Amino acid sequence: MHLFAEQLLNGIQLGIFLYLVAAGLTLIFGIMGFINLAHGSLFMIGAFLAATLTDVTGSFLGGLVLAVIATGVIGVVAERLILRHLYERDHLDQVLVTFGLILFTNELVVMLAGRAPQFFSTPGWLNGSVEILPGLQYPVYRLAIIAVGAAVALLLYWIIARTRVGMLIRAGSTDRETVEVLGVDIGLIFTALFGVGAMFAGLAGAMAGPLVSVEVGMGEGQLILAFVVVVIGGIGSVHGTLIAALMVGIADTLGRAFVTDVLRLFMAPDTASGMGAGLSSMLIYVLMAIILIARPSGLFPVQTSRH
Amino acid sequence: MTRGHLIAAALCLIALIALPMVLEATGNRYLIGTVTRVFFYAIAAMSLNLILGFGGMISFGHAAYFGVGAYVVGILSFHGAEGIPIFGLPGTENALIAWPLAVLISALAAALIGALALRTTGVYFIMTTLAFAQMLFFLFVSLEQYGGDDGLFMSAGRSEVPLIDIEGRTTFYFVSMICCALFFWFTHALIHSPFGRVLKGIKQNEPRMRALGAPTYTYKLVAFAIAGGGAGLAGVLSANHTEFVSPDILHWTKSGELMIMVILGGLGTLLGPILGAAAFLILEEFLPVIFDMLGLDLLQEHWRIVFGPLLIIVVLMTRSGLHGALFRKRGAS
Repeated sequence: MHLFAEQLLNGIQLGIFLYLVAAGLTLIFGIMGFINLAHGSLFMIGAFLAATLTDVTGSFLGGLVLAVIATGVIGVVAERLILRHLYERDHLDQVLVTFGLILFTNELVVMLAGRAPQFFSTPGWLNGSVEILPGLQYPVYRLAIIAVGAAVALLLYWIIARTRVGMLIRAGSTDRETVEVLGVDIGLIFTALFGVGAMFAGLAGAMAGPLVSVEVGMGEGQLILAFVVVVIGGIGSVHGTLIAALMVGIADTLGRAFVTDVLRLFMAPDTASGMGAGLSSMLIYVLMAIILIARPSGLFPVQTSRH
Repeated sequence: MTRGHLIAAALCLIALIALPMVLEATGNRYLIGTVTRVFFYAIAAMSLNLILGFGGMISFGHAAYFGVGAYVVGILSFHGAEGIPIFGLPGTENALIAWPLAVLISALAAALIGALALRTTGVYFIMTTLAFAQMLFFLFVSLEQYGGDDGLFMSAGRSEVPLIDIEGRTTFYFVSMICCALFFWFTHALIHSPFGRVLKGIKQNEPRMRALGAPTYTYKLVAFAIAGGGAGLAGVLSANHTEFVSPDILHWTKSGELMIMVILGGLGTLLGPILGAAAFLILEEFLPVIFDMLGLDLLQEHWRIVFGPLLIIVVLMTRSGLHGALFRKRGAS
């Protein structure tokens, strides 16, 4: 029971990371119809900047905040310089250019930081663990990640649902042309949105830094998982993304923890552990397949006037 | 086809037949392997071009079927060499059994994934094909019996082909070349068949083809499966070339590279993917050498920082790829 609760929390925490990466991706696609493969690079950049800036400033929080801001700035600069020229092009061109951007960014990071993984640790006050259930200790840092993620999700929900900018974003993803005709500079809104998406991805990377090894290409796995989230949740839908991210995070974590044990109930241990490893790594894709069969446009499709 | 084309084709053929001897004589034997790689990557690129160029389906998971083909050969050879049965049957190193089986299983994998992915369109299709390809990547990573992350060495060497021994690099060069030529002929025939015409029609305007009574989903699915089989054949040759398979060949960046080959050569042209594969692999081989000769040490080590943007600029600037640059004036296809 304790193991289950612990794994459930781990799953929620993975879901938070996925949500932070996927939220930017889905909003960017929802409004501009733009598919950005390089979004995962922002996750990596966030982690590297956090590792470096924590070292420089000597403060974990300071490093984290600076890294998130810097990742946002990098996102805005990339949008203004390169990506905005791709909005009118077809998906194939967008895929190719952002793929080239990944090759470039990865090599640049190798040049600057080397190939060896970097490690940075959390400060003392985040190092302990607390008793969340009788007899169940859970690391404070992981709880903090869940709290930050929940706060960001609430903030984004509030912006999208309750503010004027949010209204324009929603209107833009349904019918961009009409919003533009009404005199709104959708390009400016989009640049801002891109910056926010970059900051989210950077935040996820920076927070993940102490838990994983910070290395080149670390964002690509996140990107593909974020695609799974977006496909399940429905493109352009923020709350769909949140639900799908938690589903994927929990399914993946629980699968890895328990599939082998379940198989052992009716199989030889050897076969079970062999099959369990394969099955658990494929679980979320099977989930995606089932949802594609039932609802090809995701769980919460956004009505849009163009595709 | 005009007489000029025939002469050009004959000259190319003679050059390719003479190439191994020339390279051998000039002390550049290792380049025979590079050209062999061009042959099987050309097969993979041609197969991707069937769905990407002629069918308009942006599949971002083509390396997966390449990998499945390679792994089938590798796994059968492993079971043959170790004498362990697989699903109650003995493994084999016989090319006549292993190769067609590998192509078939790759096509089957593509059919299964395509059946799901083709329910979606546009950017959903890109994401789903990528995600399912990643699923196969993780599947092979988790197969500890076959080396998992580290991959699987084919201790028994290359497959056994009746009458010839393909262990020699020149023999294998010609085997790959023949496969490449046959696959070129196959795509040529397919594109000019009624099936190919419907496929091109779907790319132009799918609702119209549906209104004309063509079951477009089935057509796209069959094309997707055929393309998967083609990539599987390329994988078969790749496994035999290196005598090694690992999850790296299914990595998602390989799918991106195949896409770049197709577009670099010329999307939706028959010869384009071959030109693209050749240009890509030659560039990859010689870019570090060129930087070395120019004395740019930093770029010699980090040549990819130039490679990525260079490819993108070429792809975006030349809309019809190398094929367009070479053949446009003469108006050939």
